[in-house]
Amino acid sequence: MQPVTLTVNGWVRTVVVRGSETLLDVLREQMGLTGAKPGCENGDCGACTVLVDGVPQKACLLLAAMAADCRVTTVEGLPRTQLQAAFIRCNAFQCGYCTPGFLVNAHALLACVAHPSERQTQEWLESNICRCTSYEEICEAVRTAADARDNGVAGEDEMPG
Amino acid sequence: MAGEGRSRWPADGANGQVTQRRTGEDRDGFQVRSGRIGRSVMRKDAEEKVTGRAEYTADVSAWGMLHAALLASPYAHARIVSIDTQRAITMPGVRAVVTGADYPQRTGLPIADRPLLAVDVVRYAGEPVALVVADELYQAEAALRQLDVVYHPLPALTSPREAFAPEAVRLHPDLAAYDVQPGEEVWPVPGTNIATHVRIRKGQPESVWSTCDAVVTCDVSFPQAHHAPMETHCVIASVAPDGCVNLVTATQSPYSVPEAIARTFGFRPSDVRVRTPLVGGAFGGKSSVYLEPLAVAATLAVGGRPVKLRCTREQEMRSMPCHIGLEARIRLGARADGRFVAVEITDWFDGGGYSDRGVIVTRAAAQDCTGPYRIDHVHCDAYCMYTNHPPTTSYRGFGHPEQTLVMERAIDLLAEQLRMDPLELRRRNAVRPGDTTPTQARLMRSSVGDVEGCLTRLRSLLPWDGPPVEDRDGEVIAKGISCFWKTSSTPPDASSGALVYVNEDSTVTLLSGLVEIGQGTKTTLAQMVAEVLGLAVEQVRVVMEVDTAEQPEHWKTVASRGSLLAGNAAVRAARDARAQLAATAAVVFQCRPEDVCISNGYAGCPYTSRRIPIGQLSRGYTFPDGHTVGGFVVGRGSYTIERVTLLDPATGRGVPGPEWTVAAQGVVVAFRPRDYTYRVLRAVTVVDVGRVISPNLAEGQLKGGMSMGLSLGSREGYVYGATGSVDNNQLRVYPIHRYGDQPEYRVAFLETPNADAPWGLRGLGEHGVIGMPAALANALSNALGQPVNSMPMTPELLWRLHTGAEVNDR
Repeated sequence: MQPVTLTVNGWVRTVVVRGSETLLDVLREQMGLTGAKPGCENGDCGACTVLVDGVPQKACLLLAAMAADCRVTTVEGLPRTQLQAAFIRCNAFQCGYCTPGFLVNAHALLACVAHPSERQTQEWLESNICRCTSYEEICEAVRTAADARDNGVAGEDEMPG
Repeated sequence: MAGEGRSRWPADGANGQVTQRRTGEDRDGFQVRSGRIGRSVMRKDAEEKVTGRAEYTADVSAWGMLHAALLASPYAHARIVSIDTQRAITMPGVRAVVTGADYPQRTGLPIADRPLLAVDVVRYAGEPVALVVADELYQAEAALRQLDVVYHPLPALTSPREAFAPEAVRLHPDLAAYDVQPGEEVWPVPGTNIATHVRIRKGQPESVWSTCDAVVTCDVSFPQAHHAPMETHCVIASVAPDGCVNLVTATQSPYSVPEAIARTFGFRPSDVRVRTPLVGGAFGGKSSVYLEPLAVAATLAVGGRPVKLRCTREQEMRSMPCHIGLEARIRLGARADGRFVAVEITDWFDGGGYSDRGVIVTRAAAQDCTGPYRIDHVHCDAYCMYTNHPPTTSYRGFGHPEQTLVMERAIDLLAEQLRMDPLELRRRNAVRPGDTTPTQARLMRSSVGDVEGCLTRLRSLLPWDGPPVEDRDGEVIAKGISCFWKTSSTPPDASSGALVYVNEDSTVTLLSGLVEIGQGTKTTLAQMVAEVLGLAVEQVRVVMEVDTAEQPEHWKTVASRGSLLAGNAAVRAARDARAQLAATAAVVFQCRPEDVCISNGYAGCPYTSRRIPIGQLSRGYTFPDGHTVGGFVVGRGSYTIERVTLLDPATGRGVPGPEWTVAAQGVVVAFRPRDYTYRVLRAVTVVDVGRVISPNLAEGQLKGGMSMGLSLGSREGYVYGATGSVDNNQLRVYPIHRYGDQPEYRVAFLETPNADAPWGLRGLGEHGVIGMPAALANALSNALGQPVNSMPMTPELLWRLHTGAEVNDR
């Protein structure tokens, strides 16, 4: 067991972890941040996606100790973004279990690319699985969020942390 | 849709929802007064779901909670020689090790054919053999590796036809002694591997084959597959000092759990309390009671302390009940004008080592075996076979995607033989009011939708035009269609209850036992209650979580029955609340209760301009001098399904469900003959849903279902290894649809009302899936120029079919 200092959603906190403990487990079990979900714990489904220094990472494949000194952002750390509003508006979720991962991933996409092409969006989002929707809704939500930002519609869209 | 009072979110853009309305005559009492019905509204669970605050079972913890881990059999069929737990029990943090020896009783519904943990023999790879409870999950998992189990492998039955053979080894020699849940329609055949044999006998096919001008016969198959909800099964169980069992579980059937636990462990059902938070996808896979008894065994082993048991993805795919497999043979005959004369179908379902809901799926497939066509002579034998594959349960569509593939492939082959247009052939045989189903249930306009209308609309939407195959840039553009129906296989007493409380601030709260599994029905219920009480949808709060001790029972959240059962209950509860409010208001207004009008959160009457907020009537009305009339308003509503009867075991005669939703589907594919790959360009569904209540939710259900159906038909299926275990048990090698795989989706609704349901609605939750594998198979058959009758339709399969390489050699 070793102490590790994590910066999650802007809050600094020291936790004691086993060397083999994943970031996902520490976020969920020690920090009460259950937004990132276990779906496969194998890096296949993306439900656990978080941002580490702004880059989407699968928290199930990352040791907690490796995230020390990094800025970690979970879905709970997203300000009320155009993207989240667009997910609601475009019916881009049903059961909602994969939604945190998609939101975090797409949030980083929009932060990196102002106007992602269809191909870019696919390259980013094909690492996540949604079993409920047809993906058409998620595609529409990402486009809607990008457009809304263009049109200067009020709403926070800064990267947190 | 996010409009009314939702300032917490960035401003709204245009709402792009379009729905196709055809007709829609409202019944008495269901008049649309304010447009809450048929309008898209924001989901009631939307904000918690986009902020990561939505709670699922895996997110729940309890103080002092322990963790359990399961040891699964690596063999599909083996005798257990010995289990040594000595080393495991002494591992750090381990509090208990449980094996089959601790629980000799059998569990399982409707047939109690499975031990809690394997006893003496394992019947599928993945079968739970032992369970370790430890302080931490990693400790439990480490201890699993110290369990010493010696197996003696036995020959495995790896297909339902093999299990059907007279010489096949009997997997359940004690079948005759197993308990069967009373009232469930299941007909096991002791002395065989048949867990149920469903017989459908209508007319006399054998006497009319000679009158047919064309007869086709074909074999069709579907593999076992994974539901793949993103949330795996998870249960937290504890036992209180007073002996009450508390469960938190991700299930579609919280009200079925108490009885199953009670039967297995000897509790009273009322001593078992079940809480179900939001469920992260289910698709039928969470309708049976499978993991819960194991969690109860775990907590009993540690004195009732809370224990969490969650499946890994690999366990979910190897140990939990899956989508049923099927091998079928069909013979279909017609006259020269295309009119169907007779059909004979034999279904051998791959029910796996334990039957679970697979036996009821088998019944459902048989009861609707012809699809929505008039056929006077029907003979169907459907067998649910015990095999050494994983057990099986309901999967979105409940036997209908599989049965639809069987029928729709035969119809396309028949069209070819008759040189008729496949869509016209279907139209000519479309079932109409007055016709009967395979179980001889007489159909009425209310009980069946408009099949012809669906086909006509599909013709223009797909579009279905001219020869189905054309060449373009080396690709073959081909189309395929399918047509189907579905009713539920609901017990005749399936019920739902609802309560409506009127709050002092003039909002209302709805309680229903329906589980929110992603389908959004609780939002739809809020719309219904809002409509009855003349409120904005935002003024209706719905409790999302289900607690069997608090909410009125809802049979199960399955079978596309939520909006019918819970919908009727919610409407009745809202009307009851309205009547109570009106009675109290009438005293205040000194008018008749029927003259009181409740709307926009106020009670009024024509004889006075005075209006009273309904919140002021919710605890009776208090006059200025303090005396109070009326009482606390609790709106009560309940509904029990009507006109459903049991099926006759000899002929299948009976009424299996209240109404049939019908639909037509089509796909357009671009097939590359060079490497046998293909892309789906467009997928279309035209479905008669009776009445669209929430356009955004209805469309989402249909499109999501279509995505699932295309994924299932094109790439999904269990692949078993040498020991009979599911080898592709990770999402990395089980390649379900990902972002970018989606074609263009088109959905259109017809509205032929169903008299039994609120506003005439029909079920729609499963229907997007049902005809997709069949439509895709028909399109690929057209593209390839030869029949594609087995799933999944991978490029490899198409290559094998085309080159003659052996198909089933994996």
